[in-house]
Amino acid sequence: MSVSLQCSPHGLRPNRVDRVMQEVLIALVPGVLAMVWFFGWGVLINIALAVSVALMAEAAIMLLRRRSVRTALGDYSAVVTAVLFAISVPPTLPWWLTLLGILFAIVLVKQLYGGIGYNPFNPAMAGYVFLLVSYPVAMTTWLAPNMLAEHTLGFIESWRLIFTNTLPPGVTWDALSAATPLDEMRGQLDRGLTIAEIGQSPLWGLFGGRGWEWVSAGFLIGGLWLLWRRIITWQIPVSMLAALALMAGLFWTLDPQTHPLPTFHLFSGAAMLGAFFIATDPVSACTTKRGQILFGAAIGVIVFVIRTWGGYPEAVAFAVLLMNIAAPTIDHYTQPRAFGHTRGRVNR
Amino acid sequence: MLSLLNRRRLWRFHGGLHLPDEKALSNGHPVVSMPLPRQLVIPLQQHIGRRARPIVEVGERLLTGQLLARAEGDISACVHASTSGTLIAIEEHPVPHPSGLSALCAIIAPDGEDAWATPPEPLTHYAQCDPATVRERIRWAGIVGLGGASFPTSVKLNPGPDQPIQTLILNGVECEPYITCDDRLMRERAGDILAGARIMHYLLGDPRVLIGIEDNKPEAIAAMRAALAETDMAGYTEIRVVPTQYPSGGEKQLIRILTGREVPSHAIPARIGIVCQNVGSAAAVADAVLRSRPLVSRIVTVTGRAIADPRNVEVRMGTPIADVIDFCGGLRETPRKLLCGGPMMGFALQDTQAPIIKPSNCILALTEEESPDPGSALACIRCGRCAEVCPAKLLPQQIYWHARAKDLDRVQDYNLFDCIECGCCAQVCPSHIPLVQYYRYAKNEIWAREEEKRKAELARARHEAKQARIERQERERQARLRQKKDTLAAATSDASGPAAKQAAIEAATRRASAKRAAALDQTETSKGVS
Repeated sequence: MSVSLQCSPHGLRPNRVDRVMQEVLIALVPGVLAMVWFFGWGVLINIALAVSVALMAEAAIMLLRRRSVRTALGDYSAVVTAVLFAISVPPTLPWWLTLLGILFAIVLVKQLYGGIGYNPFNPAMAGYVFLLVSYPVAMTTWLAPNMLAEHTLGFIESWRLIFTNTLPPGVTWDALSAATPLDEMRGQLDRGLTIAEIGQSPLWGLFGGRGWEWVSAGFLIGGLWLLWRRIITWQIPVSMLAALALMAGLFWTLDPQTHPLPTFHLFSGAAMLGAFFIATDPVSACTTKRGQILFGAAIGVIVFVIRTWGGYPEAVAFAVLLMNIAAPTIDHYTQPRAFGHTRGRVNR
Repeated sequence: MLSLLNRRRLWRFHGGLHLPDEKALSNGHPVVSMPLPRQLVIPLQQHIGRRARPIVEVGERLLTGQLLARAEGDISACVHASTSGTLIAIEEHPVPHPSGLSALCAIIAPDGEDAWATPPEPLTHYAQCDPATVRERIRWAGIVGLGGASFPTSVKLNPGPDQPIQTLILNGVECEPYITCDDRLMRERAGDILAGARIMHYLLGDPRVLIGIEDNKPEAIAAMRAALAETDMAGYTEIRVVPTQYPSGGEKQLIRILTGREVPSHAIPARIGIVCQNVGSAAAVADAVLRSRPLVSRIVTVTGRAIADPRNVEVRMGTPIADVIDFCGGLRETPRKLLCGGPMMGFALQDTQAPIIKPSNCILALTEEESPDPGSALACIRCGRCAEVCPAKLLPQQIYWHARAKDLDRVQDYNLFDCIECGCCAQVCPSHIPLVQYYRYAKNEIWAREEEKRKAELARARHEAKQARIERQERERQARLRQKKDTLAAATSDASGPAAKQAAIEAATRRASAKRAAALDQTETSKGVS
């Protein structure tokens, strides 16, 4: 009789890596749709481009490593990285920058460390930061949300802008772009304006930047769905958002004239995307529950510190990468108390 | 009032899983006794501890219940002939063990009469007997934990005076999917289980008795409640219904659920005043003490969708598993997996000629649909699902990581030896990594290393002792030589003058005369005595 002699457990095992990644992709849909609505076709073109490049890069490396291309592409992890990267960069980013960023993320940050499961840094954020420090102008030129723009780009126009860097005839960059809410806030505060004065700008919506607030809400919905599906756990997103809100709330209470409301911090930048989709990347985050709370809270604090006093208006990517470095150490010191033990610690 | 509430309270353990229980497949029919097979293969070791020593001769005619092999040492269990017949051999034969190795077995050709050996007097009034006598009867009956662990029951019932027992827990949880032998036993022999519990209660010095049953067995709960109402045990016995969750039937997990206490790592429950026994073991204790019937049969669940007629069967120990499967209608299709035990902790059977033994609670034949090939393992993505479900609150992925790196010190830092191998981590792993296999590997490596170390230590000690002896002998030789030399030197230097020579002669004469006198004395004394 030829029966399998594999080790227990023997029953059906429903969880699979590719399903986890697929659920993450599904959860991104509301936020991405909001982005497409407010910022146009460029978002989708970027996603398509990034995904294609990521899959090709992953396949090429797998061939070089003599591993199964099918297995690597089938786990959808490269797709998730590509989508997260594509929705973090401006919707009009020149194609070769997307190419460069994705190659950096997939080849250097992910595959050179051993591929899925072995990368100490979040590949999408590493690719993003690499471009941000190398090409700061291109990376900070954002489109205005559709209700504020004098001209909104159609599909062909977006395509031409991304691939040939040509604006539609008669349209200038000024007519298309606007400062991001975080940029605006930093810039005006640095100029000495008060929150009340800055609040007069048409950039502000109900609780965050106009347009941006709904994108954030979309990611929040997707994140809650991931929680409900038990793809992620509450520790990292809740501690990160709570720490950010607490810091923002504290300084807003102390000096409401120079510090915006906590809702501004939560709904104007990448806080929601970061909390639910980026900081929760299991490979590069902490794995113990207490460690995850520390990890998330530290990201929240770092985001606030850099946004308020640092050199960049947005800081989720930096904060995540910084905490990626700390994750193994945090894990080491936050081992849970095992059953039947009086206290949990690693003995050496 | 508060204490009353507290008494009824159930606690939770960390992690665990809600699995499809698959119990309905086999728990619908009453237990049927299987007819005697053509041959019985009875391993001399069916328990944890030392192998029993055979006390019968090949060719001898045996009677049902006759002692085949006697328990050897403290932790061991007697083995009996499960039917009458001729002992045709004591030889190596495949046994149900994960290794697939063979072990020493008594092979019996049944004569079909099933004639019982004359049993010892039943201890019906055991409460008037010395507890040691009752324990000896349980030891004689060869009873071991029938839930699968097969630890000798009499040892557990003798925790010693320094470990007073406050709570006896009867484990009727049966949390593994598919298995229903305890369920059927509780429905059909609730009275015997309680009678066994009453005996254990006596032996352990009057502890309270808690009976834990999972809420997916309403018929068993009702039967046990009805039986309890007919006994005088209600004052100290409680039936507690626990939520269905794997692995709540694990000893440490059940203790946690029922009492809220954690058995310390590396300790036995008696350390905190608790003894845990399987319901099947309790019924066997009642059989042994009240009816002088040794453990010669057990209920086995034969199930899985590859079995034509899944059911519970009362099987004589030593019956080949192939015969048991045939009795249940045989295989409907070639199973993808044929297991001894449940789907979570059972092991693959390599030879169906292996016999049913005391801990064999289930024979499980799984089809392709029930047990699909998980495919090759992917890399760990550190998602942490394993840690969420781990009932021992470990970090399975960290242990896996270090086990793979063969970092045996590290895996122990992460408390590898608190792992109960329940399989929850591997069950939820999205990368389908065979985690339990890595843990078993690491444990075995560590045991092997410890053994190496112990041997090396012994060899070193012996070598050092030898070295010390050689050195000592050398020193003594040197000392003797030196002394001789000194005396010689002194003699030569003294011999320079005639006066000295004279003195030496006188001294020698004195010594000789003293010796003579002593010898004379000696002779006279001995004469006087005789």
